Amino acid sequence: MKFETPAGINPIDKQTVIGKPTDRIEGPLKTTGTAKYAYEHNDVVSNPAYGYVVGAAIAKGRIKSIDQTKAKAAPGVLAIVTAASAGPLKPGQFYVDKLLAGPDIDHYHQAVAVVVAETFEQARAAASLLKISYTKTKGAFDLAAAKDSAPVPKQGQFGPPPQTNVGDFGGAFASAPVKLDETYTTPDQTHAMMEPHATIARWDGDKLTCWSSIQQINWGVRDIATVLGIPKENIRLISTFIGGGFGGKGTVLSDIIAASLAARAAGRPVKVALPRPLIMNNTTHRPATIQRIRIGATPDGTITAIGHENWSGNLPGGRPESSTASTRLLYAGANRFTQLRLAVLDLAEGNAMRAPGEATGMMALEIAMDEMAEKLKMDPVAFRLKNDTQEDPEKPGRKFSTRKLVECLQTGATKFGWSKRQTQPGTVREGQWLIGMGVASAIRGAPVMKSAARVRLSREGIVTVETDMTDIGTGSYTIIGQTAAEMMGVSLDKVVVTLGDSTFPESPGSGGQWGAASATSGVYAACVKLREAVANSLGVHIEDAEFVGGQVLAGNRSHPLGDAAKAAELVVTDEMTYGTLSREYAQDTFGAHFVEVGVNSYTGEVRVRRMVAICHAGRVLNPKTARSQVIGAMTMGVGAALMEELVVDKHVGFFVNHDLAGYEVPVHADIPHQEVILLEDIDPTMSPMKAKGIGELGMVGVAAAVANAVYNATGIRVRDYPITLDKLIDKLSING
Amino acid sequence: MKTFTYERVNTPVEAAAAAARTPGAKFLAGGTNLLDLMKLEIEAPPHIIDIGKIGLDKIESTPAGGLLIGALVNNTDLAAHSIVRRDYGLLSRALLAGASGQLRNKATTAGNLLQRTRCPYFYDTNQLCNKRVPGSGCAAIAGFSRQLGIIGTSNACIATYPGDMAVAMRALDATVETVNAKGAKRALSLDRFYRLPGQTPHLETILEKNELITAVLLPPPVGGVHIYHKVRDRASYAFALVSVAAIIQKNGSGRVAVGGIAPRPWRVEGAESLLPSGAKAFAAQLLTGARPTKENEYKLALVERTVAAVLNEANH
Amino acid sequence: MDESNESTITRREMIAATTTAVTALAFSGMTGVQATSIQHTVPLSLAQVSFTVNGRAQSLNMDTRTTLLDALREHLQFTGTKKGCDHGQCGACTVLVNGRRINSCLSLALQHQGDTITTIEGLGTPDKLHPMQAAFVKHDGYQCGYCTPGQICSAVAVLNEIKAGIPSHVSASLLEKPVATNMELRERMSGNICRCGAYSNIAEAMSEVAQKQA
Repeated sequence: MKFETPAGINPIDKQTVIGKPTDRIEGPLKTTGTAKYAYEHNDVVSNPAYGYVVGAAIAKGRIKSIDQTKAKAAPGVLAIVTAASAGPLKPGQFYVDKLLAGPDIDHYHQAVAVVVAETFEQARAAASLLKISYTKTKGAFDLAAAKDSAPVPKQGQFGPPPQTNVGDFGGAFASAPVKLDETYTTPDQTHAMMEPHATIARWDGDKLTCWSSIQQINWGVRDIATVLGIPKENIRLISTFIGGGFGGKGTVLSDIIAASLAARAAGRPVKVALPRPLIMNNTTHRPATIQRIRIGATPDGTITAIGHENWSGNLPGGRPESSTASTRLLYAGANRFTQLRLAVLDLAEGNAMRAPGEATGMMALEIAMDEMAEKLKMDPVAFRLKNDTQEDPEKPGRKFSTRKLVECLQTGATKFGWSKRQTQPGTVREGQWLIGMGVASAIRGAPVMKSAARVRLSREGIVTVETDMTDIGTGSYTIIGQTAAEMMGVSLDKVVVTLGDSTFPESPGSGGQWGAASATSGVYAACVKLREAVANSLGVHIEDAEFVGGQVLAGNRSHPLGDAAKAAELVVTDEMTYGTLSREYAQDTFGAHFVEVGVNSYTGEVRVRRMVAICHAGRVLNPKTARSQVIGAMTMGVGAALMEELVVDKHVGFFVNHDLAGYEVPVHADIPHQEVILLEDIDPTMSPMKAKGIGELGMVGVAAAVANAVYNATGIRVRDYPITLDKLIDKLSING
Repeated sequence: MKTFTYERVNTPVEAAAAAARTPGAKFLAGGTNLLDLMKLEIEAPPHIIDIGKIGLDKIESTPAGGLLIGALVNNTDLAAHSIVRRDYGLLSRALLAGASGQLRNKATTAGNLLQRTRCPYFYDTNQLCNKRVPGSGCAAIAGFSRQLGIIGTSNACIATYPGDMAVAMRALDATVETVNAKGAKRALSLDRFYRLPGQTPHLETILEKNELITAVLLPPPVGGVHIYHKVRDRASYAFALVSVAAIIQKNGSGRVAVGGIAPRPWRVEGAESLLPSGAKAFAAQLLTGARPTKENEYKLALVERTVAAVLNEANH
Repeated sequence: MDESNESTITRREMIAATTTAVTALAFSGMTGVQATSIQHTVPLSLAQVSFTVNGRAQSLNMDTRTTLLDALREHLQFTGTKKGCDHGQCGACTVLVNGRRINSCLSLALQHQGDTITTIEGLGTPDKLHPMQAAFVKHDGYQCGYCTPGQICSAVAVLNEIKAGIPSHVSASLLEKPVATNMELRERMSGNICRCGAYSNIAEAMSEVAQKQA
């Protein structure tokens, strides 16, 4: 099915199952420990061996030699695989990192060997017996030092154009009566999903099956084939449950290659999980940025010039952090300029992490807007409202499909009690604590991608959905089930959803905030076809047929749905593809974040006291799981604001704090009750589902709202994330 | 983790004797730090002596009015003990500010005293660390030192003692009781229990080989307001950037020990007479001789300000 | 230690058997790795441990290095208990031992001779959820689900700890009985990291169970 014109009324609009805050259908499995994650498929492999990945001990250079004598002689050892013994390996098509390195080492903890043994304990012990000698070479680890020589990169597959110019930014900024020119920095961050990257690999002849933790199954299969040089047809990839990803498990990383090579070398199925202290330097991360923002405005608060430059670093061939993306669309302004610059750094690969580009860019832009509002003596909400736009500011005439940023800000301001905010910072005190409020807008693109599904109808009236879509905690199982139930007129308990298997029809997987909108639309397409098959089978006209209550009503007659499959199970497959609507309309999601913080006037500790988010993101397929996406993203935003930083040791060349004690993410105590309001929105330009993603939107702007609240509490403007107490205390007045 | 042999013993003297028999053996109590380090091969004992079931898990009042805490009393039970809560609230507070509920259920009093630093270079066996490999160098001094020590450190090591419990015990004038393989007992005042690193940062306490901690003795309670103020980036489940353990009396006198800044709980009794004059004077004296790095010099101000917060709180 | 164990261990007990493992290795030639055969002569330490998991007695003979977590996951197939960090930094491996919660990753299986262990599988099943499991489903107190078993084991223990009067870092008074306020729950749950960020919902799920129990 091809979606080419805005959707009219369709069965989804009934919203008898869709749009309801249904409990997750896989909830009883997850809460009882019976949902199986990659490393836990002990039932499918008898007698697995264990692989342990060894990471490079240097940041850059060459392996001189690997002495395997002791490791090979260690108890239980079955095989040792290194780049030298693995045969030719190519990089994948998304990540540029070499997943088993040697002799050249590109970054610290890059995988250099996998040791396979009978037990986990033996593999781990033997891994430390490998004697690897290196020759170190000089590397580049300091983004600030590499900044000035960093070129503008080529346009990548994802992300905005590396440079955009509209009007005369330079002239307009120079002549603006009120202007701001500030630089902001965001640190390297790590996904820190709770499930480590893990794979069980099994070879049956030349067929490879991997139980792994991969967000995009289609990319996973493609990249296993590419890296190992084997045909895609020989690969089966299964990711039934994924213990978090946030972009960090987009496709193939070292665990899956290590497990596959190890299983081949050992002649046995092999289990590999990356040790936690290895993950942060071995796999991908969100790259650090340096951002310069310039805003010019007239005294009434009209933005006349807006410029955003961003510097980030990566391995050669890696992508830039697209921090300028939001600035192109969020606010009006006739003269505009954005530019990305990309340095080569010899740290682990920088790549997608939840709202790549938007999260980092808005950490800077939305502080800049707060600063600008202050210069203009305007309320920060009013300043944002003043510069709303209903069309793409780079392409006048191109409308937003739907855009309720104004309503988000206004609703949030009311709900939060924004009117109580004191304009003068540092004036609200409760005991030792200074209290402040902050706001930020949110915007995140709403891409939708080709997606396929197979649906089956049994004679018992059970509808089974099969697609290689994944559920990384997003609620895919449930919203896909709700979609099929709505389309086929059955209750949710009559739907079985099976996901995450490359033998199922292809979806775009979980990423880029496209998963929910795309995968459910694919299921919609397949269900349209199944409805036709049902009508055919029952001998009724599809135009006359109504699917409701497990029955098919046509004319005066009612047929149990399962009757259509009396003779044989009905099985159909279809996919949803798209025309040009996404070019005709700017399709985005919007939101507003309001945060109240307390800052201890003695110690500078910052604690979040209240959070309210308003989101506008198409039809809400399930308010319960959508809200959870948002509160989770808000939590990650608090982490970004206050504590998360992979610290670069510029001498050694690595992320120093590479475990979950050193890299702090928010804990329960950091997060108060969070309020989320989902504004009604039906976007018929998206798909028949009229839905958009929301999981990344919820993070965008949060950190800046926290930063702005810290400023409001203390009068101290920190432009260098995370906002830790050491950046506050020398300016913080104990007595107010 | 290197392979090891394992035995269980039934008494403290047996434990010490077992250690004397096997060079390099380690006592295993809660294991929350030792196993962590063994997985990374920072510790690699060839033999483990499990002392988890040798008793030493009682808390008893002493005839002199003090409190004797068995070495194997876990952190939860110690923090929740009625006498500790009533008379040594500082100790309860410090314990409850540390780690997590799960870890406190497992971690023991003796193990907590002996927990090793959390310096990230100590924890990464690819990096230079004089504490882990004597004489190899220290990558932390020129590296990421935001959380590391500012005083009592040396040019060989700037690691901190990471715990909370011992900081409170230091303010409470605790004594560590031990036994050796021959059954000989020692009482070691906590003020001299931890060594400063000098050129031998791998030597962390004055415990002798095969000596086993059996108890911690607290002297009779001294009253006053007990406050443990732990400063950290996130609100819980994190090591201290700075912590202040204070007992403040009505007349403004008091005792203050500071955590997170030194290789041992940092207390300078001679500075405490300045407490009535305020945090600034006290902190200046307490931190005399401090040698912070560029990355952790904020701790100088943070100590002063946290002491000020504590004094402010004590007055309310 | 319980009485029955005390009576069986009457003298110093050397549990580990130091043996010599002889394993013949056959490296597959499939990837060009040389086929070799190696005789191992390095000592391998094995030991025996018995404990009860979810009401059933278990006896294992295993590598001394095996943690309780790996014993549960790899030897006994209780994969509900998760390995998130293996270093006591995340709480995903939380189980109840003799009624108290611990990180099973920082405990040798051998330390649990005679212990009674409850994992997430022992609290309830998909058809018969424990009230805390049901509350997590109702309040969406999870997303990816990986930290969830640890969160639920911790949550059950936290309510018991509050009932038992154990104070926390945020208890205003050390002398009064703590109550299950939002802040008390959050502080006590802080050893269980949820990167999906379901904290707000978890606190609500726990509050509901706490109120029903009260």
